[in-house]
Amino acid sequence: MKFLKNSAWLLVFVLAASAAAAAPLDAFRDLEGTLDIAGGTAHIPVMTQAAQDIMTFNPKIRITVAGGGSGVGVKQVGEGLAGIGNTGRPLKPAEVEKFGLRTFPFAIDGVALAVHPANPVRNLTKDQVAAIYSGSVTDWKDLGGEPGAINVYGREDGSGTRETFTNKLLGKTELAPTVNVVSSNGAMKTAIAQDRRAIGYVGIGHLDSSIAGVSIDGHVPSQENAASGEYPVVRDLFMNTKGEPTGLTAAFIDYIYSEPGAKIIEKSGYIPIPRNSK
Amino acid sequence: MRQHCGVSRHHCPLLLRALALSVSAMLGTVIAFILISGAEALMTGQGLGLFGAVWNPAAGKFGILPMIQATLLLAFSSLGLGWCLSLGCCCVLNGLAPRWAARWLRGLLTLMTAVPTVVYGFAAVFLLVPPIRDALGGTGFCWLTAGLLLALQGVPAMTFIMDGAVRSIAAESRLTATALGMTTAQHLSRVVLPLASRPLLSAAILGLGRAVGDALLPTMLAGNAIRFAHTPLDSMRTLTAHISLVLSSDIGGGEHLSLLLAGALLLTFCAVFSLLSRRMARRVRS
Repeated sequence: MKFLKNSAWLLVFVLAASAAAAAPLDAFRDLEGTLDIAGGTAHIPVMTQAAQDIMTFNPKIRITVAGGGSGVGVKQVGEGLAGIGNTGRPLKPAEVEKFGLRTFPFAIDGVALAVHPANPVRNLTKDQVAAIYSGSVTDWKDLGGEPGAINVYGREDGSGTRETFTNKLLGKTELAPTVNVVSSNGAMKTAIAQDRRAIGYVGIGHLDSSIAGVSIDGHVPSQENAASGEYPVVRDLFMNTKGEPTGLTAAFIDYIYSEPGAKIIEKSGYIPIPRNSK
Repeated sequence: MRQHCGVSRHHCPLLLRALALSVSAMLGTVIAFILISGAEALMTGQGLGLFGAVWNPAAGKFGILPMIQATLLLAFSSLGLGWCLSLGCCCVLNGLAPRWAARWLRGLLTLMTAVPTVVYGFAAVFLLVPPIRDALGGTGFCWLTAGLLLALQGVPAMTFIMDGAVRSIAAESRLTATALGMTTAQHLSRVVLPLASRPLLSAAILGLGRAVGDALLPTMLAGNAIRFAHTPLDSMRTLTAHISLVLSSDIGGGEHLSLLLAGALLLTFCAVFSLLSRRMARRVRS
């Protein structure tokens, strides 16, 4: 009898343990339907990996992931065209009010200033960056580099990367009208990697050997420094829903905040933020 | 007619007319919607300097004049180049070069029509931008680069329009011309091309419409800085590039209004070009 009772308890424990281990994906077992996700391009690697995991676990679920940028994310989720609208910037009060949005910060992404790998300039002060982007310094020799015009690249109005860069480094400095505009992190990398006199900025996760990161006042741009707060040019990545999320949308957000979700975020080059930490 | 439509002879025109009407009505509403949004943007955007020369969102100025200049400069320069190239191609196809060369060119042009614009842009970023930057200075993302690619991209369509007309006119007059002792070159330049002035013009209008309306090549290659371009090496932003850049980021505010106005302007440009071409064509005919 005692043996039976012990066995029963053991069974309960084993079942509970296995349930806990499978918990993050288990939430999708009885769900079906479609979830459309749109918005910030920085989010895409995280969203697609999570979507793949979920759709492999339960083929009855269909999740689509589209880019478009933060503004598109707000618009689509606000108008009900997408279940989750991603932004690389906090929502504006007007947007929250107009659409009744709920926001979920889930990752930290840093923005790094970058130059061509052959460029010897690897450290700039905040003032120098502002001078470059306002057009008052136009030659690399004024910054300790080889003489030659500085080719300045920026992002389009409303890009989350641009907003982080502007808020943290430029402040109220007026941008020079000569700044060239590209429309994605990838296009920025291509432009800088080909142009020895280029300067521009990308998400820290996009830094690789094709371009060289530039320190700001001695703070080296890297994921570790962004997480520790040592590197100052950082932003949070957000998922947004219209009203309180339910069903598949809620389960998806839970999954992003789960242990496997955090792994996906790290693998994509960002730092996970625990739920309700802010 | 009866067996095709499955209804009586009287109903057929009625159905066709209804279809035609509904399609025209749909198109009309789209055009009206764009024009009304543009006008509304002008009304609500008073004080934002929408037609001004200054683009400075921080100061509340959203002038799109530099983009209008860029659009027209880029469209007319690339059309000029592209139209001349197309005319040359058309002459090569119609006897100005050996037959094997003509066949080769026709194959190449057909192939070019099948290449998506983004491939032109992507190839140019790697193959054309660096040489222009190294040889001429600047960033390489400029009026010149975008203009060259836009000209190239428009050549197949314009050539085939010209070729269709030139071929039939040449066939009609070839015997007479040969009897008069004309060479192929004389026949083409003195008889066929003057008679084909209308199709040559409509090819130009088609090319102009496409050059004004193309968004991808200017976005990828022209640099997108908002300022007046003075030299072919200056970076520029066209109205179409502006729409594709800003659409992806923001709703509401001056940027959004500038988009609506840009859309209405693009539509107006194309309408004006097409009306002008019709008037010119009529004059040529009479």
